[in-house]
Amino acid sequence: MLRFAATRLVAALPVLLLVSLVSFSVMHLIPGDPASVIGGPAATNQEIDAIRQQLGLDRPFLEQMLAWYGHVLQGDFGRSILLNTTVWQAVVDRVPVTFSLSVLALFMTIVAGVPAGVIAALRANTAVDAAVTGMALLGVSVPSFWLALMLIVLFSVILEWLPTGGYVPFAESPVDWFRSLLMPSLSLALLQMGLLARITRATMLEVLRQDYVRTARAKGLPRVMVIGKHALKNVMVPVITVIGISFGLLLSGSIVIETVYSLPGIGRLLATSIFGRDYPVIQGTLLLTATMLVLVNLVVDLLYAAIDPRVRYGR
Amino acid sequence: MAVEAAVAPLAPPRRFPTLRRLFRHRLFLIGLVLFGTVVVLAVGAELIAPHAPARMQFRMRFRPPGEGFLLGTDNFGRDILSRLVFGARLSLGIGFAVVLVTGIAGTIIGLAAGYFRRLDEPLMRAMDALMAFPAVMLALAIAAALGPSAVNAVIALSVVYIPRTARIVRASVMVVREMEYVQAALAFGGRHLWILWRHVLPNSLAPLIVQLTFIFAYAVLAESILSFLGVGPPPPTPTWGNMIAEGKDYIREAWWIAMWPGLAICLTVLGLNLLGDGLRDVLDPRLKVQQG
Repeated sequence: MLRFAATRLVAALPVLLLVSLVSFSVMHLIPGDPASVIGGPAATNQEIDAIRQQLGLDRPFLEQMLAWYGHVLQGDFGRSILLNTTVWQAVVDRVPVTFSLSVLALFMTIVAGVPAGVIAALRANTAVDAAVTGMALLGVSVPSFWLALMLIVLFSVILEWLPTGGYVPFAESPVDWFRSLLMPSLSLALLQMGLLARITRATMLEVLRQDYVRTARAKGLPRVMVIGKHALKNVMVPVITVIGISFGLLLSGSIVIETVYSLPGIGRLLATSIFGRDYPVIQGTLLLTATMLVLVNLVVDLLYAAIDPRVRYGR
Repeated sequence: MAVEAAVAPLAPPRRFPTLRRLFRHRLFLIGLVLFGTVVVLAVGAELIAPHAPARMQFRMRFRPPGEGFLLGTDNFGRDILSRLVFGARLSLGIGFAVVLVTGIAGTIIGLAAGYFRRLDEPLMRAMDALMAFPAVMLALAIAAALGPSAVNAVIALSVVYIPRTARIVRASVMVVREMEYVQAALAFGGRHLWILWRHVLPNSLAPLIVQLTFIFAYAVLAESILSFLGVGPPPPTPTWGNMIAEGKDYIREAWWIAMWPGLAICLTVLGLNLLGDGLRDVLDPRLKVQQG
């Protein structure tokens, strides 16, 4: 197991290197001049030159890149152009919001997705199954930001139950924290719920066909026991798969959901810095989120190996 | 191996067995109807739209659905139905372009990585790196860097989905590569490119087609997000995403401006997902669990 973990970790290193390369170069695709965008339309040529110099944009691409790597390796992601803080601080400040949002969404996903999938599989090819499968399909087809708007219409405008946006920290008031995140996390969760329900159903159907399930039934074990002890254990695998995929989907979704609900999270940080041409923040945010996802995938791989010994020797 | 099967009396071979099975797949048919409807609307936009999509009638602003405007009017007094069908043209166009670019580039990369062992590591690590980013984040960064336009949206989304296609192609190539007929072709002195074209590609096609159908669905969804955030084709060109963005500001008074384009996205994506499910069931039954 330790050897497996080591090889996976080593395999992740070149990926991380390429990830950092992409993070750095993406913003250099810009055809326009970032210095003049930052300076604004009123800036004089000297002012723009000064900005260019300050950011090091007057130096050759390779030199800029090496300098960036030098700083990043020391944990220095640079200073934000617009926010008057360091990139690291800007990201760290926003982690709690996106983290709360993701955890709540993930919780909803598992609580709704797994039972729905299991029930659909147990009642395969009935009306219940059709309803669950249909809902799951709808879930993966609805654009989250549109759902977010429609939820606002229903729960904030018509029913006036929930706030239309804004974030309340947990420490301030747990109830308001929950209320501020309820609609955003539901909008985010629907996609994953659909995915998880579908995958759980497929796995469950597969498991129910296995010989050991038939044996368990044949020796007279009650149905509840068979499902609870033998079948549900195997459903863990798709749950872990979906959680692994989910972090990427949640972060993707957070950009647009945090924008709709004006939540000060990572997604919104990236969106605003992209539109403000805040190079250091864009590079830092991309690098940090992608690195986190690589690590999450690594953990998911290791979890697989821990659950299923075949994985350890198979590859 | 197939001796027992050969003993059974042979049914007369039917033509197009795959098509027949597809048309017996109920969900596939529903998907076909949904997606087909959107395609018809997009192609016949000029004939279907009751008004010019850009025509502003300020006295007709915020008309609710019904009276003269089937789906109502927006904040500029433009007919939403007309904008919706022209938006369909753009959404489907961008989605299809992404499928085309992704299909070609992903296939080439996947074939190269799966067939030539020495290319496998470098190519797939590069694909892993691109897949490490949250899809929409990367697409947004690229599209914003290149500037808001339909072509740039296609480029940004293709970069995001090429790795996901290449991985599928590579997986099936690695299976096909070991088949006896490929080994035989090699033994006969067949050139690699010819073997790839004649043997490997046709046998890797089924999962590719399934994957591209799903990518069409993702691309339509992702394009609407880019447009919603303002890095898609810029207004006044109607796209479903920027229509929702405009409707967002009037969501309290005129919910219908944002509602219709969202429903259009739902139906299109649902249709494509159903088509993908159907194609997977028929073409590639092993792939029961689809991962995004």
